[in-house]
Amino acid sequence: MTTLDALDRVLINRLQDDLPITNRPFAQLAEELGLSEEALIERIRHLRETGILTRFGPFFDAAAIGGSFCLCALAAPPDRFDEVANIVNARPEVAHNYERSHHLNMWFVLATETPDEIDRVSDAIELETGLTVYRFPKTQEFFVGFRVTA
Amino acid sequence: MSIDATDRDIIRALQAGLPLVAEPYAQVAKQMGMSEEKLVDRLEAMKASGVIRRIAAAPNHYKLGMTFNGMTVWDVEDSQITSLGGIVGALPFVTHSYERPRALPVWPYNLFAMVHGTSREEVEEKRSHIANILGEACRANDVLYSSRILKKTGLRLRNKE
Repeated sequence: MTTLDALDRVLINRLQDDLPITNRPFAQLAEELGLSEEALIERIRHLRETGILTRFGPFFDAAAIGGSFCLCALAAPPDRFDEVANIVNARPEVAHNYERSHHLNMWFVLATETPDEIDRVSDAIELETGLTVYRFPKTQEFFVGFRVTA
Repeated sequence: MSIDATDRDIIRALQAGLPLVAEPYAQVAKQMGMSEEKLVDRLEAMKASGVIRRIAAAPNHYKLGMTFNGMTVWDVEDSQITSLGGIVGALPFVTHSYERPRALPVWPYNLFAMVHGTSREEVEEKRSHIANILGEACRANDVLYSSRILKKTGLRLRNKE
């Protein structure tokens, strides 16, 4: 685990809130935190470089641009796990993929620009791996908090 | 929701993130050959229409010490899923919560709630809390811990004319 100081923690929490789309989006936040704009940007850059922040920027909703998200799962035999992970990860439509402790041990999210691509990509993964890809598209989304407290 | 070619170009330019400079929109606009004002107007419009959810940071839970990431899953009475899902989704420690179809007989669960914690005990405690809320409307539940991130990139638009 990376060492974070108190200011980093405040910053990580604060950066999960929406930032206004303005000419200098960091200036106001810097003032709020009692930092210079350059010092704030440097801190954020450091958090990005060390991987504490995986990304900073706009979060796009695939559904809102006519695309789809679908959570999928498969049961990879342990001796083929890495091979199956490579097949799944090679697809650009796979936004993220997690190993999980369950018979269904690989869980990934497909993000595609059109709904029909979900089945097309899932079918292709089934064909390539010889495994069933279970599809769990969301039926409804409950309030999404997103944040994690640093 | 319809987006045009310019919006697509903007999404493609920003999908990896914003440049970490004092005037990030000015820099992106310059690279795209448009005015900063136009870029900001477009982004504001996409935000208003829901294409952009927010401008924010995505932290790596593991590096924050939240090493236990439990996907709690629940088989909830269909007639009560909307009301109970709303309550579970509003819990401060639930980061994402969805109703999803079951895949019987392999997968009986229709409510998914993601819970993070610094220990397995913490996640289990939160899971018990959810179990109490669901009560008898829930027939079975499980928790799937993630042992490894195999990939994490987010949405990527293909290059398309």
